[in-house]
Amino acid sequence: METLFAISVMVIKMAVVIGVLLALPLPLTWMERKIAAHIQQRLGPMRVGWHGLLQPLADALKLMVKEDHIPEKADRLLFTMAPIIALVPPFVVFVAIPFGDTVTIFGTPVTLYLTDMNVALLFILGVAGIEVVGLILAGWASNSKYALLGSLRTCAQLISYEIPMGFAVIGVIMLAGSMSLVDIVNAQSGWWNIVYQPVGFFVFFVAALAEAQRIPFDLPEAEGDLGAGFHTEYSGMRFAFFMISEYIIMVLMSVLMVILFFGGWHASLIPLPGSLIFLLKVCFLIWVFMWFRFTFPRYRYDQLMSIGWKVLLPLSLANILISGMFFA
Amino acid sequence: MELGIFLFFATVTIIAALMVVIARNPVHSALALMVCLVQVAALFVLLGSPFLAALQIFVYVGAVMVLVLFVIMMLDVREAARVRFLQGALIPGLVTLALLGAQMLLLLISSDRLSFVSTNQAPILKGGGLEQLSKTMFTDYLLPFEVISVILLVALVGAIVLTRSEVK
Repeated sequence: METLFAISVMVIKMAVVIGVLLALPLPLTWMERKIAAHIQQRLGPMRVGWHGLLQPLADALKLMVKEDHIPEKADRLLFTMAPIIALVPPFVVFVAIPFGDTVTIFGTPVTLYLTDMNVALLFILGVAGIEVVGLILAGWASNSKYALLGSLRTCAQLISYEIPMGFAVIGVIMLAGSMSLVDIVNAQSGWWNIVYQPVGFFVFFVAALAEAQRIPFDLPEAEGDLGAGFHTEYSGMRFAFFMISEYIIMVLMSVLMVILFFGGWHASLIPLPGSLIFLLKVCFLIWVFMWFRFTFPRYRYDQLMSIGWKVLLPLSLANILISGMFFA
Repeated sequence: MELGIFLFFATVTIIAALMVVIARNPVHSALALMVCLVQVAALFVLLGSPFLAALQIFVYVGAVMVLVLFVIMMLDVREAARVRFLQGALIPGLVTLALLGAQMLLLLISSDRLSFVSTNQAPILKGGGLEQLSKTMFTDYLLPFEVISVILLVALVGAIVLTRSEVK
């Protein structure tokens, strides 16, 4: 009975996480279009439903019934595999992410996370890196100039920004003395990490923008010069897979920033349940991502490379050195 | 249960490793190598070292394989797929293979550490945690660790020298 209960709790938690993540891109696309519209003094989607609320559903329906086209000269196996490789890792990563502290339901303590790994941070950065492989294969398998150029840019960009991102979190690991995300959040019950690690946060935030391939670092899919980048040849549901994966990566980056630098579910001043505070913080960071998209121009490719290697990498190394001297 | 899981991962590892060699298309080879590395990471988890597994995925799959793909995409893959690997070099190839195999077998049979693990059923690292790993690396294996660091540094400097243009 005990094990049965434990297993059913686990299955329910997994179902909730997967269901929420699958449904999340729908409100996010609506939010993004509305934010874009209001920044540009337009109204945005207004026709389908109240203030265009049902627009994402209409779009999803359109994507599902659209023709699924595969170019004749494409590598069929890789072309069909690539969207799946891009979609699965962002979901897998959420296994290691805590959404709140332990709560008591019907007299039994239930943790608001699937697992608490002692290598969670490394696991997340590693598995999130597999997603890139899907994008690269997509561009290569399409057998198209624009898609291939998009892929090449993805490769170079992701390698350049994964290193500063990995270094930026070392300061946080030093402060908590652990790589488990639950420990990291609990270490921030007083002051948040951003107070001690402003440089680490800056580096992590810029690298997260690049990892999520958002403006100002969306060169792999720069519509001005590459058509649509690596997914130029994709249509219908396969295209939707890339969209979903991109949105989930953005959510993941926001969640990670909240956990690593903004104290997770801790907020000493506001008397709200921890998970709600967590959710509000994540929403705010997602909004910042979208706000940036319509505020900043896109960087040139060589600027992107020099920012990554000549600014972020030295900054993150200096941050490790200084954190090591003061905190360790 | 654990044996079954091990056999599954091991089989997939070996099939993927074979695919790396057999596949004509370099991109397919690279993908197979990636599968192989992920399976090896799974074996590390079975051996009780999640840290090594996470590192394996982070470094090899996330960085090294992406670089490999980057280089492959610069090549004319259609041309590379047509050319046979090892033209007329079957006998030297087989000799090398036999030599490497013999070396590997010798190492497996004569290594004390391996026989210690396989007979006593005890892991070298107790607990397999991060702390144990670093302590072992920085005390018992300090010299090999430093030698590897120096070799990596030499490779790094060498790569920079090779790619620099001649203009002075």
